[in-house]
Amino acid sequence: MIFDPAHECMSTDAMRALQLERLKKIVRYAYDNVPFYKKKYDEAGVSPDDIVTLDDIRKLPFTVKSDLRDNYPYGLLAVPKTKLKRIHASSGTSGKPTVVCYTDKDMEIWSDCCARLAAAAGVNGDDIVQVSFGYGLFTGALGMHQGCEKLGAAIIPASSGNTERQVMLLKDLEATVLVCTPSYALYIGEMMEKLGYKPEDFKLRIGLFGSEASTEEMHREIANKLHIFTNDNYGLSELIGPGVSGECTEKCGMHINEDHFYPELLDPETFEPVPDGQYGELVLTSLTKEGMPVIRYRTKDITAFDHSPCKCGRTTVRMAKLRGRTDDMLIIRGVNVFPSQIEGVLMNMPEVGGQYEIYVYREGYMDKLEVKVEVADASLLTDYAKLNALRDKIKHNLRTVLQIDAIVKLCEPLSLKRFEGKSKRVTDVRDLHD
Amino acid sequence: MLVNQIAVFLENRNGRICEFSRVLKEAGINIQAMSIADTMEYGILRAITDDNAKAIEVLRANGFNTASTDLIGFKVEDRPGEMYKVLNILDKHNINIAYLYSFARAGAEKAVILLKVDDNEATKKILADNGINLIEENIL
Repeated sequence: MIFDPAHECMSTDAMRALQLERLKKIVRYAYDNVPFYKKKYDEAGVSPDDIVTLDDIRKLPFTVKSDLRDNYPYGLLAVPKTKLKRIHASSGTSGKPTVVCYTDKDMEIWSDCCARLAAAAGVNGDDIVQVSFGYGLFTGALGMHQGCEKLGAAIIPASSGNTERQVMLLKDLEATVLVCTPSYALYIGEMMEKLGYKPEDFKLRIGLFGSEASTEEMHREIANKLHIFTNDNYGLSELIGPGVSGECTEKCGMHINEDHFYPELLDPETFEPVPDGQYGELVLTSLTKEGMPVIRYRTKDITAFDHSPCKCGRTTVRMAKLRGRTDDMLIIRGVNVFPSQIEGVLMNMPEVGGQYEIYVYREGYMDKLEVKVEVADASLLTDYAKLNALRDKIKHNLRTVLQIDAIVKLCEPLSLKRFEGKSKRVTDVRDLHD
Repeated sequence: MLVNQIAVFLENRNGRICEFSRVLKEAGINIQAMSIADTMEYGILRAITDDNAKAIEVLRANGFNTASTDLIGFKVEDRPGEMYKVLNILDKHNINIAYLYSFARAGAEKAVILLKVDDNEATKKILADNGINLIEENIL
């Protein structure tokens, strides 16, 4: 089902006209109501009147994460606090969190955007949706909760944690849709097996996964374990939370709700636009946000665009599954390595389990990349030669993709860390200031 | 008749062999023979118990990657030259031994030798043709 065909299936010309109209308005609105933007634009010598075409957006300076932190908590508000309806905060990894504020109108748009992506995945009013994201300041749980509710589905606000109970609820309450991180879905799948259940014991049919980057291969692994249609969606709390983009049932990229979020894809070094099919950094502008407009926000997320028509009928631009974040990229012996590349290799090997850990350290002046995986295939246990052959095969496959050698450690099943929310699989202990 | 053995993947970490034996103890399973070599990162623990099927079930439930394999087993007199006699026959027939372990129970007249080979059927036939008696049933 298409939730909002008027916008999701708009002709390109009409979409560009709508985006331009909204862009002019939001830049003027931010300039007039948020001193941060006025100061920034005055210093850069640009004025809201300079926005005549969509390309003129490139005249505006970027907004970055530290701008949000520096203006903690209410510095970027464009409305009086009395007009706010909801306040969320992102999980700040260092120091203060970044705060996001929603007015009544913002809440309405947020729910609509989440409803669009749930509908695109096939969720409808008859579904029972278990939300296994952590409820609280985190935008993921309430965002998808509201979106699915808008479609008329019943919501089980399970929150994350207590995985055995998650499985019980999924089974007993006959949930048809699971909302969580892909890492947690994998863990829930393992718990089902451990408790002796089969996929047929559940009514699950769709997984709505988000809040962390995941590979095609990982989705396949989850689909095999749970026998569900897996769906990836993307958002970030700085912009709105979930609701920026999501896959349709064609699974050929995530449709961006570009009537609300104007997307640019730029080379992170030159800031020149990147053509379709090539990877670049996603830069987003909120076109309709009232409480806290965000203009030209550098997401640090790396993706590629596809403007070609989609079979589903939506005309909105699609973004590829995230390759990673510019922050996630590891430079090992001078070679750029994305953890998602390692995940892709491992998930294609049925002999190893779905969990892995990446450990980067330095020995002398040499960077070392260590990858830990769990041995899943019991038929390898007949002799050491088979285990060594598996280790060598993983090394070889990693080398083919990464162009560097990794140290592969075979571990026991269930010995690596499991995640109930966003996964953290990479540990880099190099002191790069040596 | 072949002797069934369980094989367990173990990381070289403190307490893993202890954990293996705890799981079997709690299930009331007796370990009759066991072999593990020293290795750098990981090892395969091989054992024969009085109930391999149940051992595999409880070990898997406790997160151990466990498999079962069939071995050739035979008894020899507990005195010099007995093992040579058998291995010499296999050597002449170009039977490659992947691994072997043996044990002798205190007070027993015979020692038990267990072999892992590629082709169990061929090996059985060679040994039978040469008058070597394979272990019948679970002997140990």
